[in-house]
Amino acid sequence: MSEPHSGPLLSLRDLTVEFATRDGTVPVLDRLSIDLDAGATLGLVGESGCGKSMTALAIMGLVPSPPGRFAGGSILFADEDLTRASDAHLRDIRGNSISMIFQEPMTSLNPVYTIGEQIAEVLRRHQDLGRRAAWERAVELLDSVSIPLPGRRAHDYPHQLSGGMRQRVMIAIALACRPRILIADEPTTALDVTVQAQIFDLLQALREETGTAIILITHDMGVVAEMTERVVVMYAGRMVEEGPVRDILSEPHHPYTRGLIASVPHLHAEVSDEPEDLLEIPGIVPSLAEFGQERCLFAPRCPRVSDRCRSEQPLLRGSGGWHKAACWHPEAGPA
Amino acid sequence: MATDSAAVLDGDRLEVAKARHPLAEAAGMFFRNHTAVAGLVTLAIIVVGSLVGPYVYTVDPYEMVWAPFSEPGADGFVFGTDYLGRDLFAGVVNGGRVTLAVGLSAALLSVFIGVSIGALSGYYRGWVEEALMRITEFFQVLPTLLFSMVLVALFGASLAMVTFAIGIVSWTAVARVTRSEFLRLREMEYVTSSRSSGARDLGLMLIVILPNALPPIVVQAALMVGSAILFEAGLSFLGLSDPNVVSWGQIIGSNRPYILDAGWTVALPGFFIFVTVLAISLVGDGLNDALNPKLRER
Amino acid sequence: MSVLTLLVRRGGNGLALLLAVLVLNFTLIHNAPGDVADTIAGDMGGADAEVMAQIRRDYGLDRPFHEQLLAYVGKLARGDLGYSFFFNQPVTELLLERLPATLLLVLSAQVLAIMLGTVLGVIAARHPNGLLSHGVTIFALLGFSAPVFWTGIMLIILFCSIFPVFPVAGMIDVTVEGGWFVKTLDVLYHLFLPMVTLASIFLALYSRLARASMLDVLGTDYVRTAQAKGLSEFQVVYKHALRNALGPVVTLAGLQFSGIVSGAVLVETVFSWPGLGTLAFQSITARDAPMVLGILFFSSLVVIVANLVTDLVYSLIDPRIRIGHRG
Repeated sequence: MSEPHSGPLLSLRDLTVEFATRDGTVPVLDRLSIDLDAGATLGLVGESGCGKSMTALAIMGLVPSPPGRFAGGSILFADEDLTRASDAHLRDIRGNSISMIFQEPMTSLNPVYTIGEQIAEVLRRHQDLGRRAAWERAVELLDSVSIPLPGRRAHDYPHQLSGGMRQRVMIAIALACRPRILIADEPTTALDVTVQAQIFDLLQALREETGTAIILITHDMGVVAEMTERVVVMYAGRMVEEGPVRDILSEPHHPYTRGLIASVPHLHAEVSDEPEDLLEIPGIVPSLAEFGQERCLFAPRCPRVSDRCRSEQPLLRGSGGWHKAACWHPEAGPA
Repeated sequence: MATDSAAVLDGDRLEVAKARHPLAEAAGMFFRNHTAVAGLVTLAIIVVGSLVGPYVYTVDPYEMVWAPFSEPGADGFVFGTDYLGRDLFAGVVNGGRVTLAVGLSAALLSVFIGVSIGALSGYYRGWVEEALMRITEFFQVLPTLLFSMVLVALFGASLAMVTFAIGIVSWTAVARVTRSEFLRLREMEYVTSSRSSGARDLGLMLIVILPNALPPIVVQAALMVGSAILFEAGLSFLGLSDPNVVSWGQIIGSNRPYILDAGWTVALPGFFIFVTVLAISLVGDGLNDALNPKLRER
Repeated sequence: MSVLTLLVRRGGNGLALLLAVLVLNFTLIHNAPGDVADTIAGDMGGADAEVMAQIRRDYGLDRPFHEQLLAYVGKLARGDLGYSFFFNQPVTELLLERLPATLLLVLSAQVLAIMLGTVLGVIAARHPNGLLSHGVTIFALLGFSAPVFWTGIMLIILFCSIFPVFPVAGMIDVTVEGGWFVKTLDVLYHLFLPMVTLASIFLALYSRLARASMLDVLGTDYVRTAQAKGLSEFQVVYKHALRNALGPVVTLAGLQFSGIVSGAVLVETVFSWPGLGTLAFQSITARDAPMVLGILFFSSLVVIVANLVTDLVYSLIDPRIRIGHRG
């Protein structure tokens, strides 16, 4: 695809989103900078509560407000700052050039409308199609996400479909208008393992066919290894490591990234020959109240913590080119 | 949505809640709720006033003391006089007791019936559940006020009959709430484990399940008192209450023909019913917020 | 389960309930102290034993209970609810004469309460901390707490006495002349205050529930999906959220019908509205047994039919009721 603009398709620049809580405002996204090229795949990794989903909602312009609000930085999509765009303009982009599928296929479809209507709706909204044409296109889309007997299934209500089928419908809705970017937020977490693989295969195939860039949000490094080219690791609203998947898997700099990798058994065997290494990361994600403090927020859980970590915030530093981590004591050499 | 951060926010709140005994926490929440406290204070004033009032303001509410339809404030009667020249203030002071007593006992009766039926139908399966559900359904389609009117008209308008006639038709909401709680709790692990350790059905219901089902029942019961008072007022308004006992509704009912000439004879006692029920509703809402924190947003 | 099976099943259930209502009330009236003969004798200013026995024979009161009950149900099946000695008219005839007025009042109040309540609830839910939201909560409490007859009387005092803009009582003004249009307007003019009074209790209930239900639905995943599709706020709220939020409101409306009939008795009495409620009041005080039974029968019928309609509406709103799960 030819791009009229130069540089990345989507670019978050020092994006900060604040939440108002009882104890004052806290940054749930803290000066986040991420680039995504057209047609690329990016993994966004971290435990729940790290701000992955918030990043997705920020890009979609769906940060719940209140309590959330943009507090700084920008989201450049095709050189246009979405944080300054009007609501009407954002609605034209949503579901059209940027779309999203969610974690819970069981509850993400409206129970009172047929799936055909729910797909056709987005086509009528963005593509100026009539009722009939939109319906026909919806049936085609159901076919393209491998739903058998699409013509009949289009008349089904969500409760008549399995979870995997519903997620396929969600994908059909998301891809209906051939978006430039698809954000998939833990799209398979709620599904059976076998169905997970099918959904990922489907996403891969559709990406190759349409050239849509994908941001895949997950807590599973294994999925990232299979699905994406680049990965961003997030912790407590901040980016802690970023780089090509291969580099990060083979040579994770941040102890948190190491922990995430170690928690996936077969990956762990590939990357590390110390079996007694972190199998899971001790402790829990800090509460919102601690977000934004000028120190390393991972310090309480870190095996390599020092006084510096508790008093000074580490910034992203690159070891070579594309691989960067925010840690005072990055792991040297392969894991 | 903010699944990530919402979970964190909730976690925050939970930690705070865990620090204290749940009842203390509920009480704290209730007393921080200004409207609930206002309701409680109002209710306390009304109850104390109804109990003590007749000994302080000793004018006989049944006696004709002045010309009929004397306006409030005129001739030394704060609330004026009614169509028979009786002191309306004396009526209001004395009527509260009956209204509150009938409301409270009818509510107790309906809570008793409702909890029994709801508990049994939620606990047992099979024909017991089926039969009780039919009975509940029956009382849901029965036009409640009409049926109570028939009962009172047929068997006499004594206070006991009025109380019974209200209680017997008002329990379905309590039964619904109790049943759904029992249905939910019946499947809980601690219930199953008590059962497997040999607890009897009745013991399980009363000692294991009921205490856990109480919060929504308590809220419903509080609201029940309010609607029983309204019900009693409705019956009295229609003239179906003990004509020899003065109550707020009874004053309204007996003065009804004169509303266009002497509105206050109806407006004032009605206002007291209104404020009483409002106070009870506020307390009920406060209890709901305090006891069912999950539903706070509602 | 198809809509038809649902209706047939609920309808059969309703018939059984209706029969149960009748049997219970027949039994009650039969076992109550005093009977029609006493009342008639009372009206005549006393009668000797001979006359009393004659009256009892005329009304079939000397026959055993089960025979009377069977005879009653048998006649009922043919649409005959007996004869009212107090109104000197067949019960069915009088009831059918009065039913439309009650239906008009009950249905208009219910529709007003549901529609206005839902709209208020939705607006309140969209701005949960706004003025209107608090207003709805307060208003709901006030409406629920005021005795309905008192509300009616206050409205009469306000709009008929202080600002005389509405008629005090009745359903029509016999002095009004004109075609059907003018007469309809006249009825609506009379209907306004009773309708608003009756709606006030339930309006409060519905707006409160609609607000809570809407708040729930606005937080669901599928509403977020609708937003993610780029739909307008209006479409998200009124197409995707509202239809799901209506479920609890419809259910509550179904449960409230018996309460609405009760409220109608009081409101009709306050406004001298010529419906079943005023009739009930008169016949209960007159101990007119056939009339009382007839009224209970008809009002239970209204409640049961209303419940059926509620089920139907619910199944139209929510396909999960209409169409079961597959497999």
